[in-house]
This record gives sequence, structure tokens and C-alpha cells, in this order.
Amino acid sequence: MSTANIAPAPTPIIEARQLEKSYAQPDGSRIQVIAPSDLAIYPGQVMALLGPSGCGKSTLLRMLTGLSPASAGSVYWHGHPVRDESPNVAIVFQSFALFPWLTVLENVEAPLEARGMLPIERRKRSLRIIDAVGLDGFETAYPKELSGGMKQRVGVARALVVEPEVLFMDEPFSALDVLTAETLRGELLELWLGHKIPTRAIFIVTHNIEEAVVLADRIIVLGRHPAHIHADFKVDIPHPRDRQGAHFLELVDSIYRILTQPAHQHDTAPSRTFGPGMPARPKTIMLPHTRPGGMAGLLEILADRGGRVDLHRLADELSLEVDALLPTVDTAVLLGMLRVEEGDAVITPEGQAFAQADIQARKAIFRKAALANVPLLRQMEQALKAKSNRTLSEEFFRDLLDEHFGEEESRRQLETAIQWGRYAEIFDYDAATGKLTLTEA
Amino acid sequence: MSDLTLSTAQATPLPPAVTRPAGSRWSWALLIDIAVFLFVCAAIFGVYAIGRSWLGPVHPHVEISQNPGVLPLYALFSLVRISVAYVLSLVFALAYGYVAASSRRAEIIMVPLLDILQSIPVLSFLPGVMLAMVAIFPHSQLGVELGSILLIFTGQVWNMAFSFYSSLKTIPRELHEVAIIYRFSRWQRFAELDLPFSTIGLVWNSMMSVAGGWFFLMACEMFVLGNRDFRLPGLGSFLQTAASHGHTSAILWGLAAMIAVIVLLDQVVWRPIIVWADKFKFEQVESSGAAQSTLLQLIGRASIVLRLYRLILQPVFHWLTLTFTLGARRAAETFSAPKQNLVRRWIGYLLAAGVLVGLGFAVFHAVRELSDLHREDYDELLESAALSFLRVNTALILGALWTIPAGVAIGSNPRLARIAQPLVQMAASIPATALFPIILLFLLGLRGGLEIAAMLLMLLGTQWYILFNVIAGAMAIPTDLKEAAQIYRFRSWDRWRHLILPAIFPYLLTGMVTASGGAWNASIVAEYFHFQGRIVSTAGLGSTISSASDSGRFDVLLASTLIMATVVVLINRLLWRRLYRLASSRFKLET
Repeated sequence: MSTANIAPAPTPIIEARQLEKSYAQPDGSRIQVIAPSDLAIYPGQVMALLGPSGCGKSTLLRMLTGLSPASAGSVYWHGHPVRDESPNVAIVFQSFALFPWLTVLENVEAPLEARGMLPIERRKRSLRIIDAVGLDGFETAYPKELSGGMKQRVGVARALVVEPEVLFMDEPFSALDVLTAETLRGELLELWLGHKIPTRAIFIVTHNIEEAVVLADRIIVLGRHPAHIHADFKVDIPHPRDRQGAHFLELVDSIYRILTQPAHQHDTAPSRTFGPGMPARPKTIMLPHTRPGGMAGLLEILADRGGRVDLHRLADELSLEVDALLPTVDTAVLLGMLRVEEGDAVITPEGQAFAQADIQARKAIFRKAALANVPLLRQMEQALKAKSNRTLSEEFFRDLLDEHFGEEESRRQLETAIQWGRYAEIFDYDAATGKLTLTEA
Repeated sequence: MSDLTLSTAQATPLPPAVTRPAGSRWSWALLIDIAVFLFVCAAIFGVYAIGRSWLGPVHPHVEISQNPGVLPLYALFSLVRISVAYVLSLVFALAYGYVAASSRRAEIIMVPLLDILQSIPVLSFLPGVMLAMVAIFPHSQLGVELGSILLIFTGQVWNMAFSFYSSLKTIPRELHEVAIIYRFSRWQRFAELDLPFSTIGLVWNSMMSVAGGWFFLMACEMFVLGNRDFRLPGLGSFLQTAASHGHTSAILWGLAAMIAVIVLLDQVVWRPIIVWADKFKFEQVESSGAAQSTLLQLIGRASIVLRLYRLILQPVFHWLTLTFTLGARRAAETFSAPKQNLVRRWIGYLLAAGVLVGLGFAVFHAVRELSDLHREDYDELLESAALSFLRVNTALILGALWTIPAGVAIGSNPRLARIAQPLVQMAASIPATALFPIILLFLLGLRGGLEIAAMLLMLLGTQWYILFNVIAGAMAIPTDLKEAAQIYRFRSWDRWRHLILPAIFPYLLTGMVTASGGAWNASIVAEYFHFQGRIVSTAGLGSTISSASDSGRFDVLLASTLIMATVVVLINRLLWRRLYRLASSRFKLET
């Protein structure tokens, strides 16, 4: 989708055109992690970038701020390439990123110091901001004396003190407990809606759907492998937003649907561009990084509830975020034990059988499903069978995977495949030697 | 107190595998190693060559007094030497670590170089450095003083440089991003991020370095080189003189002074610094068992110190920050980027060319020098290397044999630990070289006395590293594992085999690596000694190095030094690094 449907479009503060990120592989080909994307940040908006973790949200944020260079395409800051300007932006980090050896006041003053502001002036400004975020009285405290919420307030104060035109927030509330996070969200909205800060736009990266719907005027949903803009829509609910309101719930549910439903048409290996003359290679299925035990739990719950459950409600009840639940759902779908329909998870007969079986029978069902649905495991079994001693080194499979994934990802893919294969008793694995051996029936 | 043991465990002398440039293949790393090693050989030769060609005439004769009354003055002399050397080391370590961590290209060479420099026996630098310094200042003691300072410097600088480098490499990405996004100047980044983040590692390594400094100070305050006799008034020369004359009371006085200085340093310098450094701990939550220092509290309360800080240090700091900010901006305005790059690139090329020419020249001459040696000389050298190898490893094994049970006993009994740890720290901080004359006094009468004494010196110099680390390892064994061993009624041997040994393995390894390097270095002092007016020696690579420098045989000295460095590097690469990998993959206690 394009941003054209955002009706009264003034000139954007930051605009990304065909922004793309890819990493070079040792063999000269490139792995794309972010597909060419257009994105614009307009004044007066809180914009949320939503997607499962590891999908490239943070990379996108870093390219927009100029921290990380784009592989192709460019970022414009008021119409000028971001490389030439040094944009007045600030970032609030998930890990707070405070300097533990500086006091609260010194932490907040540091960015002003960097701008060459005189001590008296920068102290005045810092104290004002510290007061505004509710840290009055903690000026001389060191970060380690503060609770998580207080620490993030320092992070926010440090960001606001430079009066950034755009305030970037990278999962700012993920490291906090539920209640503290809610408080901080409220305080942020208060500052923003009350025009108490000169910031003209906020760009927040999150994997929490409700957080996005509570805060944002516009939500962009990222898809995976490679990351791409999957949906882009406005949120018209007036503040303060009622989490139980019909409109709110409907919106949350529809985002759930978007995040779960069409996932599999993209769940293939990232497309790669090869040099001229290199043959295109077949796409490989990408394994979600889960363990069989997690899927068993999900299927048991489903079987318990009559075989059909609304994913959003389930996540809510289990106090899980999409992040934690989606890979498990993906695993079950991949193995044919689950279907996702309109944001609901529906168990299949195979899934039902699995949920009700005992340990040994489960392994048999899992084995059948894995060999039928996971080409990688099938390949591994065949390769092991072809050897007279039924043994191969994991390096061999790593090399196979390296053709499709980045170094890090192929390591994780193999790890997951070994995890599954061991559970299914397809092969044994010796971690010390890195050898895989076919399990004899 | 537990802090010390844990941190000695962290101060790995070997660069962990992480620090190797990512993606480098074996052969590539090997090539770099070889290149770097050649470079070091050339540099060593350079030092010798300069030293020999400048062999000047005049040198003042210093008489070392044996009157206990001079001890305070002598202690001061020694202390000044150590302090100057330490300051030099710190400055150098900061510069080296900073450059290595901020330039990819420099890193490829500088990190393996550190590894090799660490393995070169410091004392074999002695003749070259001394002769060079004396030649530069022929008419004063300054030359000898500077020489001994430089030697102490080479003994303490490498682990500090490595510590700073690896701290810089482990700064979390977000903190870097904060510095970039909020446009910190280089100075501000250094002062507010790089340096504070590395402080704790630097403090612990400084303590280790200074302890090592005492070890070498004892050896290089007084020595013979060819027909020349160098003496510097100090604690080391006092003890050596006392030992060679057999003055028991003077020896005791000297030792007492030595211990007093070390205890004083510990209380007045290190304790307060450790407590102060606590604020640089990179952690999110406040830890419970924080160290304490009465002195620091006193300083903190003393308003004069605070006032001085506010009056002098703070304004200087602010001024620096402002100047650098504005300076950086002005520089950005006046210079256009490409021009600067061009100038820089040419300077880089010129430097590289200069280094290459020097390298070639030095290697050529070193090879010529080495080819003067006969085949028999080399056979003899290798034979003595084998003897030293046996001696060093016997000492290591003996050390491990007693420290493992002792360390485990101390580490798993908190009450015992509280009593034993300060004692162990005390014992460890007395330089083995100071004790050596006394040991010789007792052992020389026995048959094979020097053999025993040599190994004892190696043990004394190195067993503490092992003990510290074993204690730390034993303290880190999780209680539930111990309980599991108890509930399933593991017998004593099973408990050792399945629980204790695997759990302390990574720690033991760290201790053994440090100890191994230390023992090789100690062999130079241990195998060859001036005692009671004569030379006592036993065959070995260390004694070859010592006697070569005594008699001014530079070719033998060069060859034996290179052999020792090679042996140490080989042992590190072939044995310790592999064991490290094993330890970090199999024996890491993870939660």
C-alpha cells in the first residue's frame, strides 16, 4: 500500500524512497533483509511501526535516523539527503542505554554538552525537562538506583532535552512490566497531546499491537522475509482511547488477522539477487524458531477449548505478546496441525490426534508431519541414508543452508532443524563432535 | 574481597576467540601471525643493535648501602620507578587499545601483536634497553634509571592494553548509538563512554601489572652486563646485595620494608580505587556486596578534596569538552572531507613504506646475526629449551596439584574464605624475586638445591594466579548442583569428576595460562643467579638468556629470546587456546 491515501498530506519531515537493506555474503551474492520500501513521517503524527521481532523494524528505524546506511534508496530530511544534513532527532532505546557512571542530571545534560552549550544554560534546560517527566528529586541519583520505569523516564528526558523534531522510540516500553509501561504510555501521550514538548512527530517501533493502537495516529505493519510494508492505515479513534471500546477491539483484531493470516505466502527464504550467469535457486521454507514442546502446549489448549480459539484473546489470557505466540502458531500451521482463519486458530485432525497422544505416539505423529511438510528435514534424512555409516557433519547441512540464508540465520535454521529432527527421532546429534547420525528404527 | 578473585579470572591474558577479526579464515590468521612475529623479531633485534653500537664508556659507581636506615629512601626510589613506569604503561595502553579498537585495519595487526608481545620474556629486553639508555645519557644515572623504568613498563603494559581494547570492543551498541545520535565529540565520547566503560577492567589489570612490576623491579635494579656492573639504589638492589653477602638481618629488614610498602599501597591506593571504580560497573541493578574503603569515605568527606575537584578538575573538564566540540565543528567547516582523506592516505602510505623498509632491514641483519651461530649452538639452545620446558611444566603441575584442593576448600567454605583470602592476597603480592635470595640461602647447601630453588621460584611467582582462579571457580559452583550431588550421594571421587573439576575448569585454565607465561619469564631469574659473589646456574633457556646478557653474547641472546617467545606463542596457540574453546563450549555454567 502506498501512503497516498493519507489525505491532507503536508510535506513530510522525513521521507524514505525505495529504502532497502541487504547484507553481502562471502560468495558475493546479497541477502535482502528489507525490501525496497517507501515511508514518510509527517508533522503532527504519532506513527507506529508494528511487526514481529526480528523482522527488521529496528534496522528500518536506524536507517531513518541516519545511524545505519541504506544499501539502496535514500532518506530525505526536509527534502535533502540525510547524509548531508545532521537531522535533529533523538532515540529512546528499549534497553534505556543510560550511562551508569553519570547521574540522572549528567545523563540528560550530555547531549547538550555535545552541542557546546554553556554549563549554566544546559543545566537550566535539563532541570526543566527532568521536572516535566516527573524525575524531580532524582537529579543526583545514578541509574542503577532507579526502577525500570524511572530509567526510561531518564531516557525520555535525555531525548526531549535536545528538542528533537522527530522523536524515535525503539520498543521503549518492552523492558518494563505491564503497569509501568501503561503509566509511561499515558505520560507520553499527555506530553504529546498537551503540546508540552516542541517535538513535531513521534515514530515508535513496537511489537505490541495494543500499544500501537493506544498511541498511534498511523500504523504501519511490517511483513517478514524480507521486511516489507504490509499494511498502512490511520487510527481515527479519539483520545483518550478506551481499550474495551468496540472500535478499538475491532482494530486490534483486524491487525491480528493481518499479522497471522497471509504470513505464509511470504514465509519463504529471502529473495536473493545473484550476479549475471548465476542460476536462480529454489526457495526454501523458513523454519520458525520454536521447540516442539511449545507447539504441543498450544495444541493441547486448542483441543481443550473445542478446537477453535481467537488468537488475540488467547494471547491476552496467556499474557503473551504476538511475538511469543506467532512462531508457535506458524510451526503448527507448517506441520499441518493448525489452520488460521480470520484471526482464529483452528485445530486439524492431525493436530487433534497429536494433542491426545502419549509421548511416544506424539513423536511418531510429529515425525510423519515433519517429513511430509519440512523439505529440509526430508533432505537431511535422505542425505544421511545415502551415507554408508549413516553419519554426516553439521557443516555439510550448514553449507546447504548458507545458499539460502545469511550466516546467522542459517545457523539458527540448522539449530531448529536439529531440535525438531531429534524430537522426531529422525537422527541423533552429538554436540561435541557436531555429527548427525540417522536413528535406526 | 570476592571481587579480586573474580576479576583475576576475567583478566584473560590470551585474547579470547571473539577478538579475532570476524570471518577470517585459518590461513589468513596464520599469515598475519607470521608477519607480526617477523616484525617483532626485527624490533627486538633493533633494540639490541642500538644498544650494542652505543656501548658507551663512562658509568658512575653506586654503592648499595646495607644500613636499614636507608630503607625508607630506597623504598621511595623503587616506588618512583614503579609509578613512572605505570603512568607510561597507562598512557601507552590507552593509546594502543584506542587505535586497535577504532581502526579495522590496525586491529588486524595490533591484536595478534599484543599476543606475541605478551609472550616475550621481559628480562631478555634488559641488555638492549639498558645499553641504549646508558648510551643516550652516558654521564648520569638517568640512563640506567630510564632503562629499568622501560623494562618495568614492558612488563606491565600489554595486559592493560588488551584489557582496554577488549572493553572498547564490548561497549553495547546502544551506547555507541547514543553517542552518535546526540553528536558527541571524540573527546566527549572518550571521556564519558570509552574510558568509564573500561575503568573496572583497567583497575584490575593495573593491580596485576603493578604486582608484576615489583617482580621485575627486583631483578633490574642490579645486574651485570658484560664487564659492566649496573646498580640502582632501591629495595631490589638492597635485597640482592644482602643476599650475596649473606646478611640475614639485612635480608629480613629488606623484606619487612617490601611488605610494608605493598600493604601500604594496597590500603592507600588500590582499596580506595576499587571502591571508587564500583560506580563504573555496567549493570542495571545495584549489587549487594559492595566493597568498602574507609579512606575513600574520608576523602569523600574531606571538603578540601571536593573543593579542589570543583575548583580545578571540573572546569578543566568542561573547558576540554567545549574546546573539542567547537574544534570538531570548526574542523568540519574548514576542511573539505576528501582533501583530508587524501592527505591522510598519503601519510598512511608513507608510514607503511617506512615500516616495511625498516622491517626488511632488521630482518636481514637479524638473519645474518643468527647465521653466525653454529649448528652446535642451536642444538645446545634447543636442549636447554627442552630442559626449561620440563622445569616450567613441572612447576605448573606442582602448583595445580596443591592449589586445586586448597582453592576448592577455600572457595566452598565461606568462613574459611573470609580468613584465607586476605592472607592469600598478601602472600601473592610479595614479589617472588624478593624471596629468592632467602630461598637460595637455605637450599644451596643441598644437592640439586638450585634445581629445587628454580622450580620454587617459578612456583612462587605463578601459583597464586591458579589459586585465585580456583577459589573464584569453586565459589561460582551453583548451590543446587552441590545439593544434587549430595542428594544422589555422589562419592568423593564422583563429586570431583562430575561436579567440581568441570565447574572450575574454565577458571583453572585462566589461572594456568597466566601462570605458564609467568613461569617462562621467571626461568630467566630462576636458572641463573649472582649469589655470594659467585654465579649459580642450572642448564636451561632462562639461564642461557641470562648468561648471554652477562657475557654480552648478543647473537646467543637474540636466538634464545626468539626461541623462548616462539615456544610460549606455540604453547598458547596449540594448547591453551584450544582448551579455552573447549572450556567455553562445554564447561560453561549457563543459567
